[in-house]
Formats: sequence, structure tokens, C-alpha cells
Amino acid sequence: MFKDPDFAKKLRNQKSLLLLSIPFVLYVLVFNYAPLFGWIMAFQKYKPRDGFIHSQFIGIENFKLLFRGNEFLYCVRNTLAMGVINLVLGTICPIVFAILLSEFRFNIGKKFVQTISYLPHFLSMIILTGIVFDVLSMENGMLNNFLIGIGVIDKPIQWLAESKYFWWIVGFANRWKETGWDSIIYLAAITSINPDLYEAASIDGAGRLSRIWHITLPGLKPTILILLIMNVGNVLNVGFELQYLLGNDLVKSVAETIDIYVLNYGISKSNYSLGVAAGIFKSVVSIILVFIANTSAKAMGEESLY
Amino acid sequence: MAELTKKVVTTPSSPIPQAEKPKRDSKDIGSKTKHSIVSRRTTGDNIFDALNTVFMVIFTIVIMYPLLNMIAVSFNDGLDALKGGITLFPRVFTTKNYHTVLSQQNMLTAAKISVLRTVIGTVTSTIVTALLAYVLSRKEFLFKKQLSLLYVVTMYVSGGLIPIFLVYKALGMTNSFMVYILPGMVPAFSMLVLRTYMNGLPDSLAESAMMDGAGHVTIFIKIIFPLCMPVVATVALFTAVGQWNSWFDAMLYNRMDSDLSTLQYELMKTLSSVTNQHTNADTMKNASASITPTTVRAAATVVTALPIVILYPFLQRYFVAGLTIGGVKE
Repeated sequence: MFKDPDFAKKLRNQKSLLLLSIPFVLYVLVFNYAPLFGWIMAFQKYKPRDGFIHSQFIGIENFKLLFRGNEFLYCVRNTLAMGVINLVLGTICPIVFAILLSEFRFNIGKKFVQTISYLPHFLSMIILTGIVFDVLSMENGMLNNFLIGIGVIDKPIQWLAESKYFWWIVGFANRWKETGWDSIIYLAAITSINPDLYEAASIDGAGRLSRIWHITLPGLKPTILILLIMNVGNVLNVGFELQYLLGNDLVKSVAETIDIYVLNYGISKSNYSLGVAAGIFKSVVSIILVFIANTSAKAMGEESLY
Repeated sequence: MAELTKKVVTTPSSPIPQAEKPKRDSKDIGSKTKHSIVSRRTTGDNIFDALNTVFMVIFTIVIMYPLLNMIAVSFNDGLDALKGGITLFPRVFTTKNYHTVLSQQNMLTAAKISVLRTVIGTVTSTIVTALLAYVLSRKEFLFKKQLSLLYVVTMYVSGGLIPIFLVYKALGMTNSFMVYILPGMVPAFSMLVLRTYMNGLPDSLAESAMMDGAGHVTIFIKIIFPLCMPVVATVALFTAVGQWNSWFDAMLYNRMDSDLSTLQYELMKTLSSVTNQHTNADTMKNASASITPTTVRAAATVVTALPIVILYPFLQRYFVAGLTIGGVKE
């Protein structure tokens, strides 16, 4: 490009485009790329007083420190556990919902349910947390009232105070919020399946369930796989909002995720180096996960992301 | 290098085949009756339909009941609500909870900040992002690939919480309103959506204006931007919902300045008192004076959710359209 003899001339001709793009270059460098230099801190005994240049380099000591205690290992375990629960429920629920909705014969009802199902997606995490508190509350919580009403339990359960429920509470809260929204893409895929296939199958005597099993599901397979690959890469990004907002001292050992660890060490305890090291660990594992998922999709002869 | 750009840039729209059929009315998704030809109904069919209807009813109740209950509680007397048992309608009707919420100075300030950040943030972000998309959609622009790449990479690589926090702090964005506006002002995903749309507009529009002596800024403002309204609306709504719902930036950067708190953050503070109530009897005793009554919290929640509910018809229309334009799950 730079060997082009007309290059200087072209450059002069698009002076205004160049001028327009300068602020955008500066913006992205300052807001998105400058923070990347902060990764150096993970390999330093960083002291704000000394800055990047004078802080002492200690190699991978911070990473070793991460794995020395149990706390970070618990965070990794919790992140993975909630990530896998989210991945499994987040794949199955929207598919089942999309299929059942597309099989729902009552058209006005279908529109209505669809409209209702998207609504929670637009509510904030804070509102979701409030709703979870209300539903699971000890005093007149909806879930306790319901379970006592149908005779499953005798006395109310303190859902949010017992560690064994926490991962599932986060998983189902996420499903309450996102199932309808996540199903949009599957509904679109179902609509694009050739209707003749269903007709032919029913002439051959296939019932509803076997048509779903032999036509709808295979038709959805490419979409399911692509979304699965994308979601496997996101498995560690279970976020921290719900866990942070719902968590309390009693369930701390199961509620803390890597992101919360970063927040605690990096911001509250001002141990920048350790926090950044934890963040880098998460990014690297995420990249490896995407790579594994994509390679296995290719090996199965399916479409892949790259 | 150039090849890589192309690959990365095309990724979002390519993987999902439905995205390539833009003519489908997005509202019709899933509403086609595809078994219309099949007229014989078997017992199995009837059982399936009955069970499916039951499932849809339960699904609707599970989504709507907590929301409707919240509204009922917000209109109920505080002391009476402690007895529990409120379902879909308030038992002792009152609007006092809303008076309480709307007379608290912190809530009013927070509401003002929330509205300001949503309006200013959305308008600036949308215009600025569209301007970048315009620059990148000029075919003659020599650095369009490099600049695109610079932005697309930000979709996958981030410095992480702490480095970002330190940079923003160094830029003087702690305890400042700008932290709601500047970071995330040019989302790469929105840029890609806008650029794709602009690339689809005929070149002759800009060319003929150029002949008449118009500059790029004039062409952008007078011709291209107005033509992009459908996709601009989608991008603007994405941004607006994100702005309205975010709370973490208020907590992280502006915790010390109560004048810059937002509605979501104020609501979050009332929640954390509930957490203590749930679990820690001692904390509860100490904090009991500051615990917000359930009814007032419900009213605050309804106030916070109201703009979303009002915008919901537009959201549903444009978001679903946006999904099909972008071709990726958010």
C-alpha cells in the first residue's frame, strides 16, 4: 500500500476522513488498549507509589500465590459449576420452550406468551435480585408458601442461607430472565424448516413427538451447535452480579466467583497484582475453552466459528 | 492482516443461517402454522395440545406472578403487608409507598441522574458510533480495515476490571458524571451493525452530494444518518436499556459522591439491607432502623422498572429486528 505512487495524493484527497478518524483512534487507544498494559502488574509486586516502571518484577509468583490458598480454588470451582449449570439449562430450556411454543396451536395465546417471555430480559439485575428475594423469602415467600400449600415441606426453608441451593438458585434465576429471549433464535430456525417435511412425516404416520424428534431437532442442530460453541467460550463469564447481590456470609464459599475475587482483592483490598493475575487466568482459560469447543465441532464435521 | 480483518468482521453475521433472510417479518417468528394441512387429529395430538397449553399457562404464571405481586405489594399498606398473603391485588390500598419513594431526596437525585445518563449517553453514543460507521463505510478510505480491526478486537479482548479502573481513575473519571458516558460510548457491535447497513446504501447518494460540494460531515448529517433510522433506533434502544439498567459503574466509581448515584444503585442499597435481614440476626438488630419496608422497596422497584415497561412495545419490535440484523445472540 505504501509503495503506491499515488498514495500521498490519495491521502491528501481524504484529509477530512482522516481528520474524522483521529478522535476515534485516540478514543479506542485510551479506553480499550491502555488498560491492557495493566497486565504487567500480574508479573510485578505492584505498588501504586512505584508505578509500572519501578515496581519489582517477580515473574509468575502471583499466579503461584493464587493457587496456594483454597480461596481462589473455591472461586474457580464455583465459577465452573455455575457456568456449567448455566450452559446446560441455558441450552435446554430455550430449545424446549421454542419447540413447545412453535407447536402451540392457539395463535393469539402464542403471541401473548411470546411477548410475556421477553419481558424479564429487559429488567435489571437489581430488579431480578429483588424478585428472587421475594420469591425465596422465609416470611411469606412465594416458593415456601407454594411448597407448604401442596404439602411438600412442613416449614419454610431458608433458601438463600444454605449453600447446597445457591448454584441452582442462580441458574434458575437466569433462566427466569432469559429463557424467552434466548428462544428467539431457535424459533427463527424452526420457522425456516421446510413444512413439506412435516407433511410427509405425518402422511407416513409420524405423531407429534416423533416429528419433533426426527424433523425439528435435526433442523435445529446447526443453530444449537453454533450457540453451544459460543456459550462454551462464555462458560466462565457467569458474571458476578447475581452472585454478588444474592451472596451473603453464610453461602460465601459457594457464591464467590473469579470476578468477585478480582473485585475483592483488586478494589477492596487494593492488591492489584493478585487481582489482575486472577483476571488473566480467567481470560486464558476462556480462550482455551473456545478453542477446544471449536475444534471438536470441526472434528464432528459441523460448522465452526472460525 | 487485511484478510484477518475481513474474517473477524464477517463472523458475527455468518454463523446463523436465518440472518441471511432479512425479508422475513421478525414479528412473525414462530407464529406460522406449519401443520395446517394435517387435519386428522389423533388422541395423541389432543393430549399433546392439552399438556402444551398447561405448560404455557404455568410458564406465563411463573413469569408474571412475581411481577404482578410486586405491584400489588407496592400499593399495599406497609404494616398490613407484614402479615403476608397478598397475591394479585392490594389488601389495604394506599399510594403512601409511592409518596415515600418520591419524597426521598436521594431517590429524586438518583432518578435525575438515571434519566440524564440514559438520554445523554444514548444520544452521544448513537451519533458518535454512527459517525465512525460512516467513516468506515467509505469505500475510498485508505485505513478502513485497520480502524475496523482496532475496534473489532475490543469485542474479544479487555484489560479487565482493575486495569480499566486504574486508567479511568487516572483520567479523573472517579466521582464524575463522565464515567457514565465516555466508557462504552463506541460499542464495536453497534458499529458493525450500523456499518453493514450503511454499506447497503447506494454509493450514488454520497457521490452526488460530493459533486455539489458537500463535505463528509454534511453528507453524514443530512443524508446517511436520516436514512439509517431503523437500525439507529435499534442501536439506540440497546444503549438506552443498558444505560438505564447499569448499577455497577455507579458503585465502583461514584460510591463516594451521593449526588451521582443512580436509581438502580439506590435500589441495590435497599436490597443489601434485605440480605442482612435474611441471614444475620445481629446485623438485622443493628440495622433495623435503616431497613426499608418491603412495600416501599416494591414501590421503588416499580418506579425503576416503569420506563422499561413503557418502552416495552418498541423494545420488542426493534430488539427482535436487531437480533435478526446482527444475526448473533447478544
